Parts: sequence; C-alpha cells; structure tokens
Amino acid sequence: MSDTHAHSIAFVRETEIPPAPPPAGETGPVKWLRENLFSNAVNSALTIAALLVIYLLLSKTLPWLLNGVWTTSSLAECREVLQGKTGACFSVLTERWNQLLYGFKYPSDQYWRPNLALVLLLFAIAPVLFFDLPRKLLAFTAVYPFLAFWLIWGGTILAPIVALVGFVAGAFVFQTYGKSSFAVGFFGAIAAAFAVWIIGGMLIPDGASDNAMLQAVPSRDLGGFMLNLMLGVTCVSLSLPLGIALALGRQSDMPLIKWICVVFIEFVRGVPLITLLFVASVMLAYFFPPESTVDLFLRVVIMITMFSAAYIAEVIRGGLAALPKGQYEAADSLGLDYPQAMRLIILPQALKISIPGIVNVAVGLFKDTTLVSVISMFDLVGMIRGPILASTEWNGVYWELLGFAALLFFVVCYGISQYSQWLERRLATDHR
Amino acid sequence: MSELMSDRAIDRSKMQVSDEVAIEINGMNKWYGSFHVLRDINLTVNQGERIVIAGPSGSGKSTLIRCLNALEEHQQGKIVVDGTELSNDLKNIDKIRSEVGMVFQHFNLFPHLTILENCTLAPIWVRKTPKKEAEERAMHFLEKVKIPEQAHKYPGMLSGGQQQRVAIARSLCMMPRIMLFDEPTSALDPEMIKEVLDTMIELAEEGMTMLCVTHEMGFARQVANRVIFMDAGQIVEQNEPEEFFNNPKSDRTKLFLSQILGH
Repeated sequence: MSDTHAHSIAFVRETEIPPAPPPAGETGPVKWLRENLFSNAVNSALTIAALLVIYLLLSKTLPWLLNGVWTTSSLAECREVLQGKTGACFSVLTERWNQLLYGFKYPSDQYWRPNLALVLLLFAIAPVLFFDLPRKLLAFTAVYPFLAFWLIWGGTILAPIVALVGFVAGAFVFQTYGKSSFAVGFFGAIAAAFAVWIIGGMLIPDGASDNAMLQAVPSRDLGGFMLNLMLGVTCVSLSLPLGIALALGRQSDMPLIKWICVVFIEFVRGVPLITLLFVASVMLAYFFPPESTVDLFLRVVIMITMFSAAYIAEVIRGGLAALPKGQYEAADSLGLDYPQAMRLIILPQALKISIPGIVNVAVGLFKDTTLVSVISMFDLVGMIRGPILASTEWNGVYWELLGFAALLFFVVCYGISQYSQWLERRLATDHR
Repeated sequence: MSELMSDRAIDRSKMQVSDEVAIEINGMNKWYGSFHVLRDINLTVNQGERIVIAGPSGSGKSTLIRCLNALEEHQQGKIVVDGTELSNDLKNIDKIRSEVGMVFQHFNLFPHLTILENCTLAPIWVRKTPKKEAEERAMHFLEKVKIPEQAHKYPGMLSGGQQQRVAIARSLCMMPRIMLFDEPTSALDPEMIKEVLDTMIELAEEGMTMLCVTHEMGFARQVANRVIFMDAGQIVEQNEPEEFFNNPKSDRTKLFLSQILGH
C-alpha cells in the first residue's frame, strides 16, 4: 500500500506497474501446442500416434534419400558403394538424365532446340494465362506454334511458313466475307487455307530438308518428358477450342450440327483412350493411302485431342446450363447477334463456372500422355520401362525412376491447379 | 398490393401521344405446346403512349411483351414494331431488338462486366459507337438514374434497386424508341421500388413510349394513359386509368381490382 493513499476511498495511482510476462502456459509455442495438439485426451493420443507415423516414415525414407548415390554408372557399382547400407541409386537419374528428358534418339548436340522452344513457350502462354499483360504479346503467341515446330522438328523452314501463310489466308478470307455471311466466310476460309497448303506443299522442293539450317529430326526420335510436355501442351490448347465448339454445337437449333456433336461426344467418351491410341498407331494406316506418311505424333495428337475435347465439351455444357436464362435474354434483347452474345456474354461466364472441371480434364490429359508408352512411343514412362530398365546397367532400379517421373508430373500438375485457383479468385466479381 | 404514389408533381408537358404508330399487333395467337397462351391479341400503340398491362399471374401479360422483341415466338398474326414486321428473318429481329429496350424482373445485368461495361457493350458492338462516345453516353444515363459513382463496380456489389436502375440505363444507352418493362419492381423491397418507379416516371415525362407489365397501380394511375387488363390470354378490358380504376366494366376486372386494391 505504499503507492496509494490508503487513508481515503479516493485513489490516485502514482507509480506505473511495469508490464510483466504472462505465465509460461499462456503464450508462444506452449499455448499453441496446448490449443492445437493436446486440447483433450483424444487429441493428445492422435497427436502422439501421428508423430509415431511420421517418425516411422522418415526413419525409413530419410536414410534412403540422404545416403543416395549420385555418381556411379550402373546399379552394380552403386550397390558396391552402398555396401549393403540403405540408400537410393540416384545415379540412374544423373547418368540417364538426357534420355529421361529427351528420349534416346534425339541428337544430343541439338538439345538446345527443345530447350529454347520450352523457354519461348513460357513467353507464348504468358499473355494467354495472365490477361492483364498487354494484348500485343498475343502476336508472339500466334507465331509460336510454327516457330516451335521448326525448332523441334527442324528441316526446311518453308514448311512452317507455308502452314502459317495458310492460316493467315484463312483468317483473311473469314474477315472479308464472314461479316456478310458466316457460312461463306467459314467454308471460304477453310478452302483458302487448304489451297495455300496444297500449292505451298508442291512448291517446297523435295530435298529442302536435307541441308536445312536445322537438322531434321523425325517424330519417332522424339521422346522423354519432352514428348509428354509436347503432347500435353498441344492437346490441351487444341481441345479447349474444339470442346467449346462441341458444347455450343450440342446446344444448336440446327438438327444436323446438334446430332453430329452429340454422336461425336457420346462415341468418343464411350471408348477407352487406350483403344483410340491403338487405332492411331495401327489402324489409321489402313485408312490413309499406302504411301502417305501421316506422322505418328500427329495421329496421337488427333486422338488425344478428340478424347479430351469430348470431356471438355461436357464440362462446358454444364457451365452453359448453369447460366440463368435471363443472361441469354438480356443479350438478345440488346440486339447482340449469336456470335457476339456467345463471345461477350455467355462463354465468359460459362467458362468461368467450368474452370475447375476444365482443369480437371487438362490435368488428367497431361497424365494420360504417358499412355503413349503402350504404343511404343518413348515418352518419360516409355523410356523408363523400355531402354532404361531393360539395360544391363540399371535393371531393377524402380523407386528412383518412377519417383522421379511422379515428381516431374506432380510439379506440372500442381502448378496447373494453383493457376486455376488464382484464376478463379481473379475472376470473382462479387464480394463473397 | 401496395399503391405507391410518387410524392412529386408529374410534369405532363412532354407526355404527348403522337399519331405515329409505334407498335401494331393484329390477330396474334401463341401456343405453348397445346396450351393457348395468347388469344387473338389486337393492339395498337402510338408513339409516346405509356401503357400499363395488368392481370393475374399466368394471364399472358409477360408473354405478350416478350413477343414484341421476339424473345418469344408467336405462331399466328402480325406484329409490326416501329415499321418493321417481326418475322423469322434474323436481320429484322436484331434490328427491332436494337430499337426496343427491355427491362426484366430479375435485372439480368451481366455479372462479369462492370456497370459501365454493361452499359457500353451493346452500343459498341451493335451500334458500332466509338468506345469513348459510348462511355460518355453511358455516364450520362447513369447520372440520370443517379448512380454515376457506381460505374466501375460490378453488378454483384449493388443493391437490387440500383441494379434495376442500371438495367434501365443499359437499355437507354441503345437510344431505343420503345421501352418494355417486364415486372420491373416485382423482385424489389418497397424502398427500392420507389427509386425505380421514380426513374420510370422521369422517363415517361420525357415522352418515351413505354409498355409496362406491373402490379404498381399507383404508377398506372399517375403515369399511364391507358391500362390494359388481361386474363386467360385475352385482353379483357382497356381504358384510361381514371375510368379503369373507378368504373371498371367487366366483372373479371372488378374482381381483380377488388383483390389487388382491397386491403
């Protein structure tokens, strides 16, 4: 009672009480542990059990990971180094690194070409994925497929140029005539593009690829994770527009278009992808003239694209069905015509609703590209199952190789999933 | 049903009905499957008329005005809107739709676009108005419906009354000659009904041709120059508001009015 006037009821504080630290149980890690891990008997027991499981897992995997051998050139050598201790033979990854990424036939002095194509790919898809970037960057995106084709396959530069000119001619015809009549513009554009491709194809001299600036690499020499990425990127970017077209076609008032779309979707969805791939690798050859050389890569791209487009179409149909009818009516009542209403009002909203479903299909498609290993294309899994595991040096190394494959796919798929979540947040326009 | 009356004096100086015909409906019939929704509708609306269409639910009043901009197809009869006949020709339909504004019960704003973009979209894409001009006009109409400060928000952030006023502004940005209102206040709280009705009254004062399906009988009394009563797909009675409310002729109308104004 030294700091107060104890004689009266009135009270005046004359000295400050210094702040004291709280009791040990009320702050910091102790409090957090008590609240989150040991709040009652059941939770405490679960915490201890979980810790045990984590300990068991780590006690087995950590030595395996940390003892890993990175520098030997065969499994036998690796076992020698380990001398019976637990440890991974990661040296298979370092020794076969190029095979895992590029396959075993891509000329090793040309690895810079797919590498460059990958770097440019990032620039090309940036304006598509992040639409706050300036729209002019899309010009590069439009040129990229032809550039990437030339970089990866090499050969004469005339082939991608003819392809590009064909598309430009088609777009030009559509711009000119599409306004007055959609059908004339549409079919005229297709005719113009084919005319350019056929005439251009005849103009390219036969030996043009022999001494080209970039050495020609045939499709059967592509492989490794590069092949998975190429198939994944190509098929996703082709199947999205095709899926949108199918979804809209299925809603069409024109019976012919509607039924073509329905039959296509139902048929392709009802067939396993693996059978479609076998059709691509074996049976399609019967339908083309004997001397024609429709590329195996192209045939596989067509099949996977058809397959995932059918799925994407159904996902988007769900999005279209979820839109209130009032949106169509409002667009109609303002005098927007069908293409405008779809492009400006309906599709932006339907696609936004469909993002989780589309990403689901895209992730599934990317992983399904490993199925091409079954039709003897040497993608990442094909390389592991075939040339690497079958070799005398590395016969029997499963965990390291398949774990590596899983890791590569996980990184890409997790990235896609994170992007889609960002996109959903970015497109949210209500305050929920 | 409430009878909200605007508390301000209404300026009737510009509310002139001209002789020019805006809409002509001749012997129009419509069926949903085998259900006869609209039966032998004949109606002529002159430029500058303000018409309120009333009637019990299911009487076909919404269907009627939705036929006027081809949101619903009619199977028989002739509809001429602003000199263009409604047929299956898409060009004609798009032309009529761009001349006729429509306001919906549930607003139907585009939720992925800002208020300003909602208002400029159709002028830019349908009328090919330059973007700057379209934005200036949109701001003009947003000021008129008294929400210019919301221009850069999204519809989901606005109240129902504000959204409906934006919807009116969006229609006005197309400079329509005729405005259709399909129960514009039915989805709103009473406070918000008044702000929307005030906007509609202002529009009427400027001489806009209006067809309103509404249960707001106060609005009908104050603004309409003709009230149409529909039941079972037919026009049962039409008259000037004074006569219609004070001296209804048909028993069906009397019953309806006693129910709607009774309490």
